[in-house]
Amino acid sequence: MGTELGNYKTCVSARSTNKKLLKHSQDGGIVTHLFAFALDEGIIDGAIVAVSKEFALKNPSKCMAFNPTLDDLEPWRPIPAIVSTKAELLAAAGTKYNICPNVSLIKEATRSFGLDKVGIVGTPCQMQAVRKLQLYPIGARDVGASIALAVGIFCMENFPYQSIVQLVEDHAAMKMEAVKKMEIGKGKFWVYGKRGQIVQLPLKVTHKYEQPGCHVCLDYVANLADISTGSVGSPDGWSTVFVRSKIGDSVWAKAVAAGAFEIQPIDKVKPGLELVSKLANEKITKNRATLEERKTFGVGKALRNPYI
Amino acid sequence: MVDKITVGHIHMSGCTGCLVSLADNYGGLLTILDRYADLVYGLTLADVRHIPKMDVALVEGSVCINDKLSVEEIKQTREKAAVVVAVGGCACYGNITRFARGGQQNQPAHEAYLPVGDIIKVDVYIPGCAPTPQQIRNVCVMAYLLLKGTKEQKELATNYLKPLMMAAQRGTTACFCDLMTEVINQGLCMGCGSCASACPVRAITHEYGKPQGVRDLCIKCGACYNQCPRSWFSFDVVPAYEAINEAIMAALQ
Repeated sequence: MGTELGNYKTCVSARSTNKKLLKHSQDGGIVTHLFAFALDEGIIDGAIVAVSKEFALKNPSKCMAFNPTLDDLEPWRPIPAIVSTKAELLAAAGTKYNICPNVSLIKEATRSFGLDKVGIVGTPCQMQAVRKLQLYPIGARDVGASIALAVGIFCMENFPYQSIVQLVEDHAAMKMEAVKKMEIGKGKFWVYGKRGQIVQLPLKVTHKYEQPGCHVCLDYVANLADISTGSVGSPDGWSTVFVRSKIGDSVWAKAVAAGAFEIQPIDKVKPGLELVSKLANEKITKNRATLEERKTFGVGKALRNPYI
Repeated sequence: MVDKITVGHIHMSGCTGCLVSLADNYGGLLTILDRYADLVYGLTLADVRHIPKMDVALVEGSVCINDKLSVEEIKQTREKAAVVVAVGGCACYGNITRFARGGQQNQPAHEAYLPVGDIIKVDVYIPGCAPTPQQIRNVCVMAYLLLKGTKEQKELATNYLKPLMMAAQRGTTACFCDLMTEVINQGLCMGCGSCASACPVRAITHEYGKPQGVRDLCIKCGACYNQCPRSWFSFDVVPAYEAINEAIMAALQ
């Protein structure tokens, strides 16, 4: 195909040079350190990220009131929030593996939160949403030009919250509150307990719990982000980073010059770009097939195709 | 400049918020009027009584079918304009005027209002309440490129306007229910949050990452449905966001 990785200016394997940060981060700490750097430099004055109940209760004014109220948020259920300090960023670090509607805060960020330069992290579909609202700002007055840094994360599919409960509590037989970290890698879904126990589930088990809306998505590596990142392609503890837009290029160059990241050329690391391409093609091929199937789903009745 | 397009603003039953939105482009509006478009008709803005021939008609508001003059003028608009653009929720989908029941002074019998597309054929939609200054600006620039641009510019403008033309063909209702029936029920929602941020009346929240609408709050403006990346999404246009944004900004320099 050749287009599965989208347009990018550079691609490297990288990790944060901040050891403390790496303890909290999912892989190379790219998103957290990038936003921390952008905050320091005044490139952004706040970022929309996914936070947990603990954060929300401590900083209710940083979240939009969701129903049920913050008190009822379950463990590992993320909600979008706007962070503006390093400490807040650290508290939000790590992947949650279920849906967090970050774009829902994008307008509010420029209104009651008063941001002029907004950072946002999100999945490939959320990056598509961000770019659509910049080009077709139907309900996003004066928002598009305020988006100063959009960081995308690689995404094969996402899960509804209840799916994660099903996987952790039923399949992995662990309590949600006892989980320290979740991870998808090396063909497995990993659940790390706070007491040190590790449970791995074959990815096959997880497929039926995936969010159905993900099955029409044709983007694996957040092609429309300024900078996109994910673990795939890089060694453990490192992340693969695609620098895509002019904004991304300028921010990344500054961050690297400031010593925020250690970098290795992507063609020098294992498993490298080949694996990223392979997985991207797998996702795109599978989901193109889903779109095809939708055309003849019923008897003379098609399911909608959103793509023009 | 000889090569300007001619534009008119047709005011049906609306609150003038769409016109204010157009004006909220400030310097950008002046540049548009300087270089790309002559305003040939517009309530309070152009001293013209009858709807003249024009390239683009920007129609604001829905049509009161109990008001003879409104019906006549909207029909004239279709005859006189090459391209009819429905600007804003009322013109596209009825919006708040759907809830009108008449009984207002000084003509209580004016009670039935229809989106423009129920009376005449509409070419392009700009939904939203109010439609954003940037969306109106983008359509104005693209309309100019479509009518007066080079071959490449025409192609870009065609691609850009296509989804908004398809929105016009799709019909005259869009509200939170359309998100349900055409996105969520169709298994397409992935919980990005666009709808909630687009909603001007905060009728949409997310429960467990999926949109829930308070349907009694919904004013039927169509912003959520059209902002949703899974209602329509153009791979011809959106991935070129950087170049297109730059082109629009350059056009307004």
